[in-house]
Amino acid sequence: MSGGIYLENGKSQLLFKDKPIKILLAKPGIDGHDRGILVLAKAFRDAGMEVLYAGLLPTPESVVETAVNEDVDVVALSLLNGAHLTVFRKVADIMRSKGIDDIALVGGGTIPDEDKPKLEEIGVTGNYGPGTPLSVIIEHVTTRAAEARKRKLSR
Amino acid sequence: MEKRGENYWNSKLREIQNNKPEKNSAYDEWKARTLEPWNKNTGYIPREFTNSSSIDLKEVYTEEDLPQNHENQLGMPGEYPYTRGVYPNMYRGRQWTMRMFSGFGTPSDTNRRLKYLIEHGESGLSIAFDMPTLYGFDADNPRSDGEIGRCGVNVSSLQDMEEILDGIDLAKVSTSMTINAPAAVLTAMYIAVAKKKNIPLDRIAGTVQADILKEYIAQKEWIYPPEAHIRLIRDMMVYCTENVPKWNYISISGYHIREAGSSAAQELAFTLADGFYYVEMGIKSGLKVDDFAPRLSFFYNSSINFFEEIAKMRAARRIWATVLREKYGAKNERSLLLRFHTQTSGYTLTWQQPLNNIIRTTVEAMAAILGGTQSLHTNSYDEAWALPSEEAVKIALRTQQILADETGIPDVIDPLGGSYYVEWLTDRMEEEAYRYFDTIEKLGGILESVKKGFIQKEIAGTSYRRQMRLEQGKEIMVGVNRYVEKNEKPISTLKISLKAQTDQVSKLKRLKESRDSEKVSKALRDLENALRNPEENSMPYIIRAVEAYATLEEISNVGRNIFGEWKEPVIV
Repeated sequence: MSGGIYLENGKSQLLFKDKPIKILLAKPGIDGHDRGILVLAKAFRDAGMEVLYAGLLPTPESVVETAVNEDVDVVALSLLNGAHLTVFRKVADIMRSKGIDDIALVGGGTIPDEDKPKLEEIGVTGNYGPGTPLSVIIEHVTTRAAEARKRKLSR
Repeated sequence: MEKRGENYWNSKLREIQNNKPEKNSAYDEWKARTLEPWNKNTGYIPREFTNSSSIDLKEVYTEEDLPQNHENQLGMPGEYPYTRGVYPNMYRGRQWTMRMFSGFGTPSDTNRRLKYLIEHGESGLSIAFDMPTLYGFDADNPRSDGEIGRCGVNVSSLQDMEEILDGIDLAKVSTSMTINAPAAVLTAMYIAVAKKKNIPLDRIAGTVQADILKEYIAQKEWIYPPEAHIRLIRDMMVYCTENVPKWNYISISGYHIREAGSSAAQELAFTLADGFYYVEMGIKSGLKVDDFAPRLSFFYNSSINFFEEIAKMRAARRIWATVLREKYGAKNERSLLLRFHTQTSGYTLTWQQPLNNIIRTTVEAMAAILGGTQSLHTNSYDEAWALPSEEAVKIALRTQQILADETGIPDVIDPLGGSYYVEWLTDRMEEEAYRYFDTIEKLGGILESVKKGFIQKEIAGTSYRRQMRLEQGKEIMVGVNRYVEKNEKPISTLKISLKAQTDQVSKLKRLKESRDSEKVSKALRDLENALRNPEENSMPYIIRAVEAYATLEEISNVGRNIFGEWKEPVIV
């Protein structure tokens, strides 16, 4: 899936042909609920992505630092402890303050509907809850990764 | 009896193997005579029939599926090996305790919810703490930002515990606290509140979870490396055995293992392996098994595969009684009783069509009762969205009350005992558990298995397989991968305002300004000296620190400086 071809202006662009999507998974709050993120790590890997997992309890600062050092396409944040509005925002703010625009930010966890627009506004997309088909998540990540990769390539 | 070169688990497995029926002619003949011709003529649904433990199921079970020593393995209720129940009269003697896990926002928010539940017929308290509390961070730590009161109530110091328990008679209710890494500190706070209220310590009753092994396995809420926590649990165990006789200082928990993605058989095996570890720890610290084993209790998940859950709970009782008697030499009958709390499964709840969750919870609660639970928490239908609203919690509690008072389900003890299927499945679960005990022993014991990541990987593997089966439509969740509705109406959920955080932070600030800081520093120094000496029991020092209003984080930091922190092994 991640080796997919993206058609743009009638030209085929093999975005991920030489280098598959690189994704960093992280739970940047105080939260041990890791069932979802561990399943996703395997699913992304099975879908051909290069997967990094930041482990439990990384700070938002260290997540961004790892993302930059590893030159990932996507950072996927997961929280099931209700702190997503505060903590996802911290990650987004740090990225913005550092001027990072070639890494996509996606989220997931126990996120009430009314919080989703607030997260989208700060650039955290997806925000899928438990019970979302993996295919939906993989597709979303792939789309966002393609945007990020294009920005990287246009540099 | 054990043979040379064979461990205890091998000998149990051999025993099971020897007792297995050789053939099942009734089933085989019926299959050839009636089933297959019928299937050929009328067709059948081509799908796998299996359960969470990957045990394949036949169409029907008969007497010939049961082992030769079947009757001995059952026993009557209240008799060894307790497969049918730990008490002779079960729910005719005492209804299970309806214990609703609750806690959110500030201590006073939680105090109001606890009183609301007591008013509506709840019979025991159960307190949920927020993430900073579970990890030993105070409300004013920058890492706690956004997390205060979100997943449970915030407790940074003794004054918070005083507020939670305000106006509640600790001599009358028992209180369960879901707290692990800082369990000794929260126990100390509960003891301190009782002392302030002049309630003798032999009259307070309750449970702290304090099962640290399953934290490394599943829930992942730790502060220090495993050995440090194990030492603290030992101190609490020894202190409470001597001073707080009705305090259950460990609730050996499968709930989180299951929620993390394990099968029922894995939940069964890993909890019991954890339990045996604590038994060995007690014996090693100089206690007699019969002095502390009666205070160990368990906590199981009741998930959606009805008979599998019941079989798991029956098998758990039998294994515990057998091993405590045979391997650890327990003589006191109470040491052999596996008493347990049950919570219905959070994982089986869906955010889609949330009212369906009421039905799921009902089925799971029925399994817990048929499995012989001592207390029960039923989840609320809105919990895939948020912490439960008052209305949703009430329905969950009423679900238990309907099961207890209207259905007749609890009237007869172990009504499924003697069911060929349930007995066969109970035996199979037991066998799976013994296999895991053997593997774990070969890996160097449960602690080693956890430190190597073996247990975590087993669970992650099962969890991934289950997800794949859902993706492939081999397993169904209504509203998720079948009977999906396009436009779902939103439900109203509990909102936790950020005010909980500002309130907690400013209260803590006032406390730090007004307490006797010299008394605090001295208590923390004394605690540090106690913790540095592995022979010393740290519990009295923790109580003194708590009483001086040292905060949870200050007390935890003493340990952090000595023991360091923990990084888990790589699992994916």
